[in-house]
Amino acid sequence: MNRTTRVAPAMLVVLATAAVVACGKKQPPPPPAPAPGPNQDSIAAARARQDSIARAEQARQDSIARAERARQDSIARAAAATAQAKRVIAQPIYFAFDSDVLSDSAQASLDQKLAVLNANSGLQLRVEGNTDARGSDEYNLALGQRRAAAAKRYLTQHGVDDSRITIISYGEERPAAQGADESAYAQNRRDEFSITAGGDQLTAPPSP
Amino acid sequence: MHSTTCAAALAALALFSVLPAVPAAAQQDTAQQKGVHIGLTYQPGTKPGVVVLPVAGPWGDSVQAMVARDLDYSDRIEIIGGTGTDASAVVEQASASTTPNYGLWKTLGAAAVVAANMTATGVHVVLHDVNAGRVAQSADFTLSETPGTESWRMAVHGVSDEIERWITGTRGIAQTRILYVRGGHIYVIDSDGAGSRAITLTGGTALSPAWSPDGRYLTYSQLHAQGWRIMIGDLVTGTVRQVARGGLNETPTFSPDGKLLVYAHGGENGTDLMVTNVTGSGTPRPLTAGRGRINIQPSFSPDGRRLVFTSDRIGHNEVYIMDADGSNAAPLTTYQFGDQNYRSDPAWSPDGLQVAFQARMDGEFQIMTITLRDRSVTQRTSEGRNEEPSWAPDGRHLVFTSTRSGAKQLWVLDVESGRERQLTHSGASRLPAWSGRLGGTP
Repeated sequence: MNRTTRVAPAMLVVLATAAVVACGKKQPPPPPAPAPGPNQDSIAAARARQDSIARAEQARQDSIARAERARQDSIARAAAATAQAKRVIAQPIYFAFDSDVLSDSAQASLDQKLAVLNANSGLQLRVEGNTDARGSDEYNLALGQRRAAAAKRYLTQHGVDDSRITIISYGEERPAAQGADESAYAQNRRDEFSITAGGDQLTAPPSP
Repeated sequence: MHSTTCAAALAALALFSVLPAVPAAAQQDTAQQKGVHIGLTYQPGTKPGVVVLPVAGPWGDSVQAMVARDLDYSDRIEIIGGTGTDASAVVEQASASTTPNYGLWKTLGAAAVVAANMTATGVHVVLHDVNAGRVAQSADFTLSETPGTESWRMAVHGVSDEIERWITGTRGIAQTRILYVRGGHIYVIDSDGAGSRAITLTGGTALSPAWSPDGRYLTYSQLHAQGWRIMIGDLVTGTVRQVARGGLNETPTFSPDGKLLVYAHGGENGTDLMVTNVTGSGTPRPLTAGRGRINIQPSFSPDGRRLVFTSDRIGHNEVYIMDADGSNAAPLTTYQFGDQNYRSDPAWSPDGLQVAFQARMDGEFQIMTITLRDRSVTQRTSEGRNEEPSWAPDGRHLVFTSTRSGAKQLWVLDVESGRERQLTHSGASRLPAWSGRLGGTP
């Protein structure tokens, strides 16, 4: 006896509905036709060849990406090195009241600048001596000159060519901090360092 | 030598450039012996009383007010019957009379009376000797400039100074000006505090102005990209030229004959005094050998043979004295062992007898004077921070910087009487330099 005939009419409706719904969905791809040829080895070889091509293409893409990343990294590293070198150079050094003596921290700061100067032979600096507002204006000009000269002397005595460093004094005319208290005074008793040439791209000094 | 003509400077300087070129000529119409005066010489503690009567004619009010104020600021004369005093009404009444009422003036305590009236060319001035009951002096003064201008005012100051000479035997200092620095620019102000204005000079921050002896030039230090230069400006032509450059060059001063310039030059091994010709010819010659120390702020003796200056050669600032060729340097001011204070900014008085300077006392600067004869020191100020003294040509008035009213302002002190007055009132003013007598005919 035919089984179909035993399907209830209601069941047919359900099946029909299901069929309609199924027809609205993407049909799964048909299973690959069985290879016509009997040679399984040639099939594997073809697949291997295709895989190889894909891998090579991937490797090529990876290589390009790596090179680009390296290039970007290199630019970033160079920019970072320049920025770091500039930070080292720009760091002011500070002095005690009415003194041009280089403190330990001032010497440490100058040592860092020295490394940058040694790693960048085209770099030229101007040392700018400043004072607090105590003492006479005119004496402070001379004191600022002496502070700038002290920093230059330290750098040249450690091998920097004389022609790479110029000095100028601003005395008390260009305070870094306003105010008439010791905090402001201490911030104003300083040498500032500005790059006058060769500062576009700087090499970081070798790590100690 | 570089010579730069600055049109802008010319325009600004022309405002007060007329003084040396057009002296306020005082033509005296009475036969009188030069140097003879009416015997009212200043005595310490006793100043002759003087009445300045109202001046008839256009701008007469201004002339009366200026002359009375100038005589008052001289600190050698007591003005009687000034505006707002009890005697002013009496003076007003007396001046209406055509005949001098010597009796009344004597009652008021006046030793002399100034009667003046404006004329077509200036002002006619009569000085009455009250005790003798007669006219002591009279003269016509030319005030050729337009009334109210800077040069007209200076000509009126010249009238005041001549009246002061009639009365005391010594010419006054009203016809002078003071250079100073405000906000990094050089300003000039009249001795009575009027007419403050900037001198337009090209370039950056300018400091430490100083007058040439004849009042025609100023020298100063100016910031350029490579350092501080010594400049000389010609107040008549408006030209500016550079005398010294390279490194730090500051605190220039003219020699009394106007031919030399002494200034401080700082390189990488200290700051030393240098001397050079004002023309810029020749090579500047060092006067000190600082060996890393600081030598600044030179000031000539009136005869030009010696200099005082500031040096920290012993570790802190003291005032030194030496011959003008740099020899025989020796300390002028002294310190006690362990003294934390120091002394600087010397200014040799025009009479040659003393040197004003500033001393750091308990953290504040005060103005001091030291006599050259016996090195006795007198403290002249005590309120606020007082610095940078400069002498008036009379050798008894000092202009200096003080913080007593808040920001740095210029003040004037009469060292004889101790009387002080504030000269500037706005901004922050510093580094004053008093001129010699300008354009007067003594």
